[in-house]
Amino acid sequence: MTTTTELGAKSLASWLWRQLTSMRTALILLLLLGFAAIPGSIFPQRSQNPLKVSDYFKSNPGTAKFLDQLQMFDVYSSPWFSSIYILLFISLIGCVLPRTLEHLKGARAKPTLTPKNLSRMEFHSEIDLGSLDAAEAWFRKNRFRIRRDANSISAEKGYLRETGNLVFHLSLILILIGIGVGSLYGMKGDAIINVGDRFINIPTSYDVISFGKLQSEKTLNPFSLTATDFKATYELKTGVPSDYKLTVNVADPVGSKEISRIIRVNSPLTFGSTKVYLQANGYSPLVTIRDKAGEIKYQGAVIFLPQDGNLTSTGAIKVPDMNPQVGFIGSFVPTFARNSQRGAFSTYPEVLDPRLLVSIWTGDLGLDSGNPQSIYRLDTSAMKRIELKTLKLHETHNFGEGSITFEGWTPWVNLQIVKDPGKIYALLGSIFAILGLLLSLFTRSRRIWVKERVGGLGLEIAGLAKNSAPGLENEIAALVSEMRNLGK
Amino acid sequence: MTSTNYAYLSNYAIYSAMVLFTIAFIAHAVEVAFSVRNVDEKTKFDFSRTKRSGNLGTVMMVLAFAFLLAGVILRGISAHRVPWGNMYEFSITGALAFTGAYIFALWKYKIRWLGLPVAIAVLLTLGTAITILYRPSAPLVPALKSTWLAIHVSAAIISGGVFLLANCIAVTYLILDRYESNGGRPTWALKLPALDVLDQLTYRLVAFVFPLWTFAVIAGAIWAESAWGRYWGWDPKETWAFITWVAYAAYLHARVTIGWRGRKAAWLCLFAGSTFLFNYVYINIWGTGRHTYSGL
Repeated sequence: MTTTTELGAKSLASWLWRQLTSMRTALILLLLLGFAAIPGSIFPQRSQNPLKVSDYFKSNPGTAKFLDQLQMFDVYSSPWFSSIYILLFISLIGCVLPRTLEHLKGARAKPTLTPKNLSRMEFHSEIDLGSLDAAEAWFRKNRFRIRRDANSISAEKGYLRETGNLVFHLSLILILIGIGVGSLYGMKGDAIINVGDRFINIPTSYDVISFGKLQSEKTLNPFSLTATDFKATYELKTGVPSDYKLTVNVADPVGSKEISRIIRVNSPLTFGSTKVYLQANGYSPLVTIRDKAGEIKYQGAVIFLPQDGNLTSTGAIKVPDMNPQVGFIGSFVPTFARNSQRGAFSTYPEVLDPRLLVSIWTGDLGLDSGNPQSIYRLDTSAMKRIELKTLKLHETHNFGEGSITFEGWTPWVNLQIVKDPGKIYALLGSIFAILGLLLSLFTRSRRIWVKERVGGLGLEIAGLAKNSAPGLENEIAALVSEMRNLGK
Repeated sequence: MTSTNYAYLSNYAIYSAMVLFTIAFIAHAVEVAFSVRNVDEKTKFDFSRTKRSGNLGTVMMVLAFAFLLAGVILRGISAHRVPWGNMYEFSITGALAFTGAYIFALWKYKIRWLGLPVAIAVLLTLGTAITILYRPSAPLVPALKSTWLAIHVSAAIISGGVFLLANCIAVTYLILDRYESNGGRPTWALKLPALDVLDQLTYRLVAFVFPLWTFAVIAGAIWAESAWGRYWGWDPKETWAFITWVAYAAYLHARVTIGWRGRKAAWLCLFAGSTFLFNYVYINIWGTGRHTYSGL
């Protein structure tokens, strides 16, 4: 006796856990998760746009510091956000696993007993004709699950509703696993390369690179690629881009025979679970810098960053190898125009009439101070400006300490390289989630009972539809008319 | 014909659709207003008097739908692509999906009473579209050049249309509910369905469209993976799509599992729908993420 009471108490507890705690808590957590996601769309996020975050710090230092303590700039990796979804998934697992077991058991079990009083159920009707055998045949034809007792049949259909429901929720767990695997074993990096340059997939080739917690830095795919051509197409009237096409020569592994491939915005290059994306592009002016003696001190392409849709680009050229050191703050204007308000600017993103505008500085570049410096900015704190100059293509300008020649330009591309071994699980989870959802929302779950009338011929028929799904009435009517037809 | 000609034709079709929606609006307004009669000092409601006006409204609505459809298709032909490249195009297609959802629901559930709010909502949407959001027909930026555009955006737009319709019904529910708890419906509302019918209808629409919205979000994630290098990045639009999804998931759970009905469920539905609208209007125009394709 004790064991059964214990069992009873246990199943009661699990029933309570399932019905009350879990579902209501899950609902509250679900809504909470929605609300918790909002601040991340209001405040700039470090994971998306670190520059905007530092701008925010500059413009409102007080508020920013306070917000930072609440992790408002790292919402989606913050402990409070994580704790909500972890709790939600614990609640989800606590809810779904027992139900899955129960459902599996239920697959082999027969439908429940026919209730004593059918007249309380939906669409109750009594007919003078028909037999249990005929009713059973009809149920079988219509693929109901049947429990045949001495004087009644209990039939059930729509078992897949719960199956779909469980598949959907289990798939959500699979998606979460996929996200977890991706963040632990993934890798993501950016590299800007000039067209003509070769990129070898090793950590030092990257401008920015980050690894998952369990991902070793030695496991980068050993490929190399050389950007051989980049073609950007623009709308003539508006300058809006319509196509970017990057041609690369790929060697996988490094040193093997090169194959020519094309990367576009929507079609990355794939190496196993690693993909190479074309993310941005711009121009690198080609310059030659000579000292007083005419000796070349710097020659090459300098990456400039685009500032507007017409690719007016800015950057810095640093020549530490001169005495005193020389630096240039530059603007590359692909299609030149000038007016009094804006100064020099570009009117079209393609190079039609290029200019290189430089402000020339001498002094100490500050490269030896040990502080990290941006390659796109000149630290002018220990420098003096000599002059401003606008250079035409192939023009050389002598600035006393030496000369600068604007030789030409080459496009650069920003490659984003991402390894995400977890995304296949997330994708599978998503597919199963949708299938489960469709199954559970469009399967009608209902029961129909047929009972021999007490003390006489004929049958009593009634049913019950879960969630008052429509259509049961017609189904019972069909059964009734079948019984009547058989009786004739 | 040249692209420009098609673009003009599209504009004419949209203008014509607006005229037809206006007629539908007037017809439905007349249907409601002129069916009121005073009999023995009591205001009564007799829809048999204005049945023709109501029929006219429905016919105009269907015609307007056809013109709107033509407008959307011609817009696509003029740009040599699916017509979902900027907010003007999202809006006219959204209005089309919304009208389509109404006509479908009209055929299935007899909800002609919704004609008046639907006509108003569509006219507002199209009015905003042609005045503020209009942009000349143009090719797509590279990031939008993908088969997923057709799949992801159409799923999102259709979901939006149905969400909006569900919201209209939920609002009607709340208004009628308030009247009923304050002593009864006013005359004009007597013809409208019973509260539990409205409640059930809202649920049907949401349950029907929730998988589609889930699909829209997932299709977006797959597309983002191929265009931006990650399937999920908490971009503001993604975040709000997620919030909408969570809110509707909460609505379905509240209704199916906990058994919420009526007022509470209607409010939750309304909240979920407003997260979608917020995402569409606010994030598209003032947002900073990668989904800023409004063309504004």
